[in-house]
Amino acid sequence: MTDDVNPSAANLEFAAGNGLVHRRLFLQGSALLGATGLGLLTARTASTAPPPEVPEWMRAPGAPMSPYGGRSRFEEDVQRIVGPPARGTTGAGSSRTPLERITGMITPNGLHFERHHSGIPDIDPNRHQLLIHGLVDRPLMFSMDALHRYPMVSRIQFLECSGNSRINMNPEPADRSCGGLHGLVSCSEWTGIPLGVLLEEAGVSSDARWLLAEGSDAAAMTRSVPLAKAMDDAMLALYQNGEALRPGQGYPVRLFLPGWEGNISVKWLRRLKLTRAPTMTKDETSKYTDPRPDGVAEMFTFPMGVKSLITSPAGGLTMQGPGLYEISGIAWSGSGRIRRVEVSADGGASWADAALTEPVLSKALTRFRVPWQWDGGPAVLLSRAIDENGAVQPLRNEIIAAKGLHFYYHNNAVQSWQVASNNEVKNVFV
Amino acid sequence: MCSYKLSTILATALVAGTALAQRGPDLGVVATSEQIAEWDRSIGPDGTGLPEGSGTAAAGAAIFAAKCAACHGVDGEGTINDRLVGGQGTIGAERPIKTIGSYWPYATTIFDYVRRAMPYLTPHTLTDDEAYALTAHLLHENGIIGLDDVIDAESLANVAMPNRDNFVRRDGVD
Ligand code: HEC
Repeated sequence: MTDDVNPSAANLEFAAGNGLVHRRLFLQGSALLGATGLGLLTARTASTAPPPEVPEWMRAPGAPMSPYGGRSRFEEDVQRIVGPPARGTTGAGSSRTPLERITGMITPNGLHFERHHSGIPDIDPNRHQLLIHGLVDRPLMFSMDALHRYPMVSRIQFLECSGNSRINMNPEPADRSCGGLHGLVSCSEWTGIPLGVLLEEAGVSSDARWLLAEGSDAAAMTRSVPLAKAMDDAMLALYQNGEALRPGQGYPVRLFLPGWEGNISVKWLRRLKLTRAPTMTKDETSKYTDPRPDGVAEMFTFPMGVKSLITSPAGGLTMQGPGLYEISGIAWSGSGRIRRVEVSADGGASWADAALTEPVLSKALTRFRVPWQWDGGPAVLLSRAIDENGAVQPLRNEIIAAKGLHFYYHNNAVQSWQVASNNEVKNVFV
Repeated sequence: MCSYKLSTILATALVAGTALAQRGPDLGVVATSEQIAEWDRSIGPDGTGLPEGSGTAAAGAAIFAAKCAACHGVDGEGTINDRLVGGQGTIGAERPIKTIGSYWPYATTIFDYVRRAMPYLTPHTLTDDEAYALTAHLLHENGIIGLDDVIDAESLANVAMPNRDNFVRRDGVD
């Protein structure tokens, strides 16, 4: 490429302030791209030395085939962010997806977030059974072999812990990576049995309105689920991204309730009891409820709100000097599809539409992208999602005005990243 | 007996385009009442499922000291794990202190949760009498019942929890 095709900022079609370029730039695969040298963000220090003309990996045959593939050794540092467990325990806690180190809409199984209340059980599928009982005509027990013979469906859907992003309700912005702040969200292709098929076989009686779901972990996790959700899009998931669920995701079978707070998708599912009313378990009364400033607490606030995050540039990544970058992120809503994502590079003064990467699916992560010509000066990057029902992601001060500062769950506020001239990207509140 | 109400729900689900058109191979084995009794350890807020047995706070204090205090504090004040006692009047405040006494809406949840999940390192080791006594102890420490009040299947569901009315449900189920 020669100097005369090198574009200056003047050639770019700007869509909003502080360098946001019209999303068309990348969509059209413009020749400009090759010429501008798209800035790639890195979390590690890349060697700038040119490789030898014939590198050693071309001078001898490579490794043989393997029974189960692993990552390149150069990618081993892409790891979940494992939080400290509750004191006195090893298994009550969470690990977060390193959102700034992955892309696309699917979370690799090994990086899916985890939240356990008493560790990961080592379940022998030959000894695991699922009992459906309570307000049914026929209480039924299913072996795992039996469940695997049922007709299945596959759906790509996100899972988010309702405690995700809680830390951004602290008075000061925590200096953490994107995953460290927001990594309790992941997205997979889940395959399993529509729950309604099994409930129909058991024969749900007319006065049932809820089911109690119980896990087979040492916490014997229990949550109450409205029957209407169970009959709508609930799934007994057996597979995640094509392979059997990982133990940390509920092997051999979990409940999966699309769009709803993660805790209710009970892992290691052993029992479903049809009831007239909710059971009022510890994790739907003491926990996973939110007191308001008036002292009244909201309970059974199931769907996760419309939300988005810029995952690059983001906390945990470093800029490489001024130039053209792709801003990329994820957006999702527990109530349907993402309709639109807007991005700002000037702290919310002006906004440009991001391009949504297909497929845009209901209750799944949607990848969005928009080009950005960074002039090297200070910038504050924000994204704001709108779902198909018209719900708009709130700013942090809007959610505080509505809910106070001391709620714990369901924080879907807009995230702001400050990009500084020294190439650092940091969590800030605007 | 696939009732009217359920068929309505089913019809709604079908309209919503879900996969209920599928039929299963009916491979469930009918569970016996003994099997169900063994598995079903959950307690409803109306006391459904509470077993025989009973306990008092007087009896529960010693069990708590031996099996729970190491993680929750001698008086349930919370040391390395959750605080279980106190905090009344803080729920709308800047720093709400959520405990059994200040926050929990149902006393049955104490029995259910303690029997299924505590002591944390050795769950499923408490007898029903021990679980009743511990429940009584935690209610007493929170000033809700007296030291010698007997907690059993009858009385537990009738314990009036101070914060009961300060919850609003968002599920929309009737
Ligand atoms: C080894 C430490 C440990 C011991 C011993 C222990 N607990 Fe716990 N307890 C915990 C942990 C950790 C949790 C939180 C579990 C979770 O994350 O769901 C907890 C949660 C609880 C809760 C729910 C608190 C809330 O506000 O939601 C109650 C009630 C409780 N324990 C009672 C007991 C009783 C009664 C005993 C004695 C029989 C006991 N615990 C023994 C560690 C312990």
